[in-house]
Amino acid sequence: MPCPLVTQGSPGFHGIFGRQDRAEQFFRSGHTNNWAVLVCTSRFWFNYRHVANTLSVYRSVKRLGIPDSHIVLMLADDMACNPRNPKPATVFSHKNMELNVYGDDVEVDYRSYEVTVENFLRVLTGRIPPSTPRSKRLLSDDRSNILIYMTGHGGNGFLKFQDSEEITNVELADAFEQMWQKRRYNELLFIIDTCQGASMYERFYSPNIMALASSQVGEDSLSHQPDLGIGVHLMDRYTFYVLEFLEEIHPASQTNMNDLFQVCPKSLCVSTPGHRTDLFQRAPQNVLITDFFGSVRKVEITTETLSLDRDVAGFESKFPEEELATEPLKYAEQLPVAQIIHQKPKQKDWHPPGGFILGLWALIIMVFFKTYGIKHMKHVF
Amino acid sequence: EASGIGRDHPCGSFPTHNTLRFCEALALLPGCGQAWGLTLPTVSHYRLFPKALGRLVAALGVRELHLALTQGFWRTRYWGQPPLQAPAGAELWVWFQPTVTDVDKAWKELSNILSGIFCASLNFIDSTNTVIPTASFKPLGLANGTDHHLLRYAVLPREVVCTENLTPWKKLLPCGSKAGLAVLLKAERLFHSSYHSQAVHIRPICRDASCLAVSWELRQTLTVVFDFFSSGQGKKDWSLFKMFSRTLTDTCPLASQSKVYVDISPKNKEKELLEVSPAPTSVHEAIVQGDKKTYAVYDLLSPSLFNTSRSLNVQLKWKRPQDTEMPIPTLHAQRYVGGYGLQTGEICTLIYNTHPYRAFPVILLETVPWYLRLYVHTLTIITKGKENKPSYIHYQPAQDRRRPHLLEMLIQLPANSVTKITIQFERALLKWTEYPPDPNHGFYVGSSVLSALVPSVTAMKDMDVEQSPLFASLFPSSDGSSYFVRLYTEPLLVNLPTPDFSMPYNVICLTCTVVAVCYGSFYNLLTRTFHVEEPSRGGLAKRLANVIRKLRGVPPL
Repeated sequence: MPCPLVTQGSPGFHGIFGRQDRAEQFFRSGHTNNWAVLVCTSRFWFNYRHVANTLSVYRSVKRLGIPDSHIVLMLADDMACNPRNPKPATVFSHKNMELNVYGDDVEVDYRSYEVTVENFLRVLTGRIPPSTPRSKRLLSDDRSNILIYMTGHGGNGFLKFQDSEEITNVELADAFEQMWQKRRYNELLFIIDTCQGASMYERFYSPNIMALASSQVGEDSLSHQPDLGIGVHLMDRYTFYVLEFLEEIHPASQTNMNDLFQVCPKSLCVSTPGHRTDLFQRAPQNVLITDFFGSVRKVEITTETLSLDRDVAGFESKFPEEELATEPLKYAEQLPVAQIIHQKPKQKDWHPPGGFILGLWALIIMVFFKTYGIKHMKHVF
Repeated sequence: EASGIGRDHPCGSFPTHNTLRFCEALALLPGCGQAWGLTLPTVSHYRLFPKALGRLVAALGVRELHLALTQGFWRTRYWGQPPLQAPAGAELWVWFQPTVTDVDKAWKELSNILSGIFCASLNFIDSTNTVIPTASFKPLGLANGTDHHLLRYAVLPREVVCTENLTPWKKLLPCGSKAGLAVLLKAERLFHSSYHSQAVHIRPICRDASCLAVSWELRQTLTVVFDFFSSGQGKKDWSLFKMFSRTLTDTCPLASQSKVYVDISPKNKEKELLEVSPAPTSVHEAIVQGDKKTYAVYDLLSPSLFNTSRSLNVQLKWKRPQDTEMPIPTLHAQRYVGGYGLQTGEICTLIYNTHPYRAFPVILLETVPWYLRLYVHTLTIITKGKENKPSYIHYQPAQDRRRPHLLEMLIQLPANSVTKITIQFERALLKWTEYPPDPNHGFYVGSSVLSALVPSVTAMKDMDVEQSPLFASLFPSSDGSSYFVRLYTEPLLVNLPTPDFSMPYNVICLTCTVVAVCYGSFYNLLTRTFHVEEPSRGGLAKRLANVIRKLRGVPPL
């Protein structure tokens, strides 16, 4: 359960804010719940850093309060238990194995071959087959703030999924428009860490979307540092510095989006991170980081009292009496040889003769009657 | 006519009506294997039985459910007979109640729900990898009749098992991983192993000795093999701290039984080969898998165990260097792919019966995906140089993209023999959208299953059945002279002919180039007009003047 944070509505904050500010801040952001969709789209061991990127965002988001039931985590390949991982069940984000972002309590909703463009778009738009379990659904409503983080290999206008298909910026923009039409989000923050990431948010046209990318069109996003013990690059630069920034955020911090835009300047990142705020209604300096990365709930304290029914003694006797068998039940024989050998063969289903057989017989009969004359017909019928 | 098993409640005493019980046991066996079992019956409230599974069983009419997620392969020849083996990947087999009308629909829903609970891709289970075995996989719980149309079996050999599967497994335990034996289960140590298998078994069992009432049993097992030689530790001494990097501190308050068993059976009648410390609460002899075994038992619920220190670290030291030979198990098998090239191949299975004088039958169940087209007329079974005709064969051919091959055979294995079963197949070419994103890795064929009643070395009497420890009581035995064992062979990895996926791009580039160059030049030749141009004479001034005249639109000089 996310910890509810008692905000300015409580009596304790009287002296700090005036009444007007208090009321204004209460209506600052209209969201009541938070969701996160974190996608890693790359397969194969040398793309370890994309899984580490996604898991570090997952870790921050969980730490700031969003529960697993509100996070849809999609990892296209398994790095932690990969046979090439010298430290099984771990994914590190800092070299010298300082921080294990995989942890002990991870729940991956879409794994391995399930991470496809189709599944991703179905999760976003909600058009999911009816038998999908709850943990794989994005059950957001019109008061949800959603964080969408994507990482992998991309190009100008597309993002590659698992080396076999890609999603274009037009498809993504249409998916967000479908979400807006179905009122599936209140505000949406889209972060992408790929090469030429800014091309992915160029085509958005739905309101209330803020987007960040790790590099502009024509630039590559670079990876951060390799670890010689594991043998691959551990993180991408942009997400590494975003993770460092998020490590200082706690559920009550007042840091706003403008600080997030300053993360990873060109000197550290080599590429130029970009952002897009024209579709967003509030100004970025009024948007708290915890509006998207945390799960801050507004709590209203009531003074009414409810009295609960004290009568719970009758609970035990409500169980229906079971019917006992009349003779002792038996366990099945594991290898009943005699029974197996004498199993009757299944009745073969009768199939009507196929077209070829029927045609052949029709041909034979026609030839016969043509040769020997039609007068034989009346002997047959 | 199997006698009623008059089985005692697995936790060793008669429960009264509507009581729930949670028992846990940890077994440490030689050859670096260990098993873990917990058993809970329930009636209908969810204090101990997890609600997720209880509602699932009730809503979908499940009679028995067995799900195993495994990483690695049990090497029978090095590690001995497994306590409970599972095939590599994910294996799910379910018996439904006779009241379920549409078994396929319930099966599909069940696999989807389980994929959400266990964070595994069990939603890939569909008709292309589900089979209905007719002779294997008889119910392990109480059964009134076994119509095999209520049984479904599927295996996903490509499934990866990692921490995200262990986390929900641990959450199903009443105390989670906070108290009891489950505090030892930390993912970093458990996955740094040669074999890791976790399983969930739900079945109905007798509530008491008279067996007139039925209880549900949920058994969660975790089998891990730590290989100390390969991890560089050299000696075969072990301790709980070395293996799990933590020790036992207290018991789960909801457990009515919590024990640690250490196998100290003397080999070749030699005693005093090893030493366990601290001193066990009792020494227990039981017949497990047909052989008499001695266990040092640590009962965590006895107050004397945690008297001296708050933590229990069981250690085992070998007094004398011991030879690494494990006794060869009576039944073991291996399977491999023969042949060469990308068109045909051959699946060979070798089954070994090492018993010196007893023969016994074994059921072999093979599930082969539809894209390996089996030729059943090439099926040969050869034992000791002669052909061995199976007493029962059930073969269901595959339908492309709908159903896999199913081959079930009951084969009699003569004493001290090797049986070789071969069948040839042809590899199919899939449609290009059906290939996974990494097709050059290969395609997996699930393990084949061998079920057999192996003759025991020591006969088991009824009394022994009641006292058998928790981890050895999953398979009900009908008589003591043999014990039931289910073995799995290796999964196979075959390469299918893989197209070059860059070809559509190559074709488009080439075609466009050819069209542009050939047709384009031809078109130009046909439609372009030519006129003669005089060679320009004159110097720079004339050229400049021509340029200005051209700009004005006036013909040049």
